[in-house]
Amino acid sequence: MSRIEKKFKEVLRRRGKAFIPYVMAGDPSLERTREMVAILEECGADIIELGVPFSDPLADGPTIQGAAQRALGEGVTLGKVLDLIGSLRQSTQIPIVLMTYYNLIFRYGEEKFVRDASLAGADGMIVPDLPPDEAGSLLSLSKDPGFDIIFLVAPTSTYERIKKVTRASRGFIYYVSITGITGSKLSVDPSIGSHIAKIKQMSGKPVAVGFGISTPHEASEIARIADGVIVGSAIVKRVSDSNENLKDYLIALRKAIR
Amino acid sequence: MTARKGAPAIKKLPDKRGYFGAYGGRFAPETLIPALDELEKAYYEFKKDKAFQQELSYLTKNYVGRPTPLYFAKRLTESIGGAKIYLKREDLAHTGAHKINNALGQALLAKKMGKKRLIAETGAGQHGVATATGAALCGLECEIYMGSDDIARQSLNVFRMKLLGAEVAEVSIGSRTLKDAINEAMRDWTTNVATTHYVLGTVFGPHPFPLIVRDFQSVIGKEARKQILEAEGKLPDYLIACIGGGSNAMGLFHFFIGDKGVSMIGVEAGGRGIVPGEHAARFAGGSIGILQGTKSFLLQDDDGNILSTHSVSAGLDYAAVGPEHAFLRDSGRVEYTYATDEEALSAFERLSRTEGIIPALESSHALAEAFKVASRLSKDKVVIVNLSGRGDKDVQHVAKIKGIEL
Repeated sequence: MSRIEKKFKEVLRRRGKAFIPYVMAGDPSLERTREMVAILEECGADIIELGVPFSDPLADGPTIQGAAQRALGEGVTLGKVLDLIGSLRQSTQIPIVLMTYYNLIFRYGEEKFVRDASLAGADGMIVPDLPPDEAGSLLSLSKDPGFDIIFLVAPTSTYERIKKVTRASRGFIYYVSITGITGSKLSVDPSIGSHIAKIKQMSGKPVAVGFGISTPHEASEIARIADGVIVGSAIVKRVSDSNENLKDYLIALRKAIR
Repeated sequence: MTARKGAPAIKKLPDKRGYFGAYGGRFAPETLIPALDELEKAYYEFKKDKAFQQELSYLTKNYVGRPTPLYFAKRLTESIGGAKIYLKREDLAHTGAHKINNALGQALLAKKMGKKRLIAETGAGQHGVATATGAALCGLECEIYMGSDDIARQSLNVFRMKLLGAEVAEVSIGSRTLKDAINEAMRDWTTNVATTHYVLGTVFGPHPFPLIVRDFQSVIGKEARKQILEAEGKLPDYLIACIGGGSNAMGLFHFFIGDKGVSMIGVEAGGRGIVPGEHAARFAGGSIGILQGTKSFLLQDDDGNILSTHSVSAGLDYAAVGPEHAFLRDSGRVEYTYATDEEALSAFERLSRTEGIIPALESSHALAEAFKVASRLSKDKVVIVNLSGRGDKDVQHVAKIKGIEL
């Protein structure tokens, strides 16, 4: 069982919901990211999504695009992010999921990536421009149950697509809350609850919801229907806030996600 | 020499998953996958639909003005002193470039699919103008994404789009050119996919776009093949076309792929020379990668981030090339080379003066290569250059380069 699966099992056993914050590695510096990971864990994060900057993040809104630009300006690469995870593993065992775009992995080499990421202590990856249809080789490389490939389901997904994605996804299923890009304004379709319930029933896997969730109120609404809540852009916007303000916000989110 | 039919093996590409050999595919966010499936299904349906084909063919003839002429450039040929140079006059198509062939086809398709709104990216502005035109003709809303650098060098086309009733959204992030305009258009599509069709302007992006755009553009080669057989009684020795994403080139090449005696050359933008950031010659300075939904040749750094590009022509200033071109290059069927800014500008002036035709700066890259090729060949050989667009849009930009104030 992977570290992500264990975490969900543990969270769901105590009838809780997983809090999954996102930060862009290297925004504005790798040192800050190291500090952010510690703060996130301290404030009750269950799993951390760590963005790896790509020049053309077409599933992301302006906030994460900006963060990626700053991180690239700092010279952050996939290799450096894996090194960071390796060194973080001396102080924390919190599950860490990489979120990036396929070209970085393709260029790094799929086989080398899966090996190096697992060795560094990364627990999985989310690649928004890699649907399961194109992930055949990566899926066969990462049979190691310690490294999960998490796929996304969208509000536009048909029954056939949901079946395909949920079958392929491991660790959890990432349900995209809105038809749109990250950081958009959240406007939840009333049918989302039944949609998610159906996905959970079909797959037997935990479902975490992300895209556009920014306030504790929104987080609590989503937490009522999902197994986990992912908050990205709203945290990225606060990366340069004082630690005190940041912690207040994160604790409010944590309290809302139950 | 007898005319051969196109080779069926190549015409069958892409395969069911949208691959041309190792290239292509569908690397798109899950939100878009159902829309891509829907588009593919609708495209195959309407391809067989007689009423749709009749409407398209009526408009192609009476609205676009096809067939475009295949013109023997006599004075140009004499001045080069080699092979006969024919120009496929896509510059004479409505809106002034080949882009209308695809934009009109996709606009009609979108209307039949019940979409209310068209979006598109544009570099030189020609595809933006063509899409705005298709939207006006079909009564659809239209928004065009264009990089702020391109807006600055193609202000005339920006105003044309607005006249046609389109909104022009300025993209001032990243490269501020075509690549980021595509990113923004894809983000818009992801958000508004229920009501909106994305009219991708070149043989790029996730399947089925490379297929649809090629098919709508293949009318160029279909006509040229017939026209050259009428004019010369034989097939040409060379076809030459410029390549940004590669739609005018695929359009010209497609119906000749099976004609083994016909050599084909694709001309990329060499910019200021093959140094990272100074050009857009993907085959000269690039490697395999995945960008904006497809696997093909890209200009990227060692980590897989996309490099900035440069070309004097906005329409060629792009970091990736259509997947079918990557396949045709590997197979050896098409040869790819590049022309520099300087060579293109010189060809731009030469055609203007010898033939009274001001070509687009994009097409000027193909002309520059054609001059080299024709001068090496004997006078009984025949070269067809795709004159993909007219140069009116570039006049201001060229004046600026020459230090002339208008």
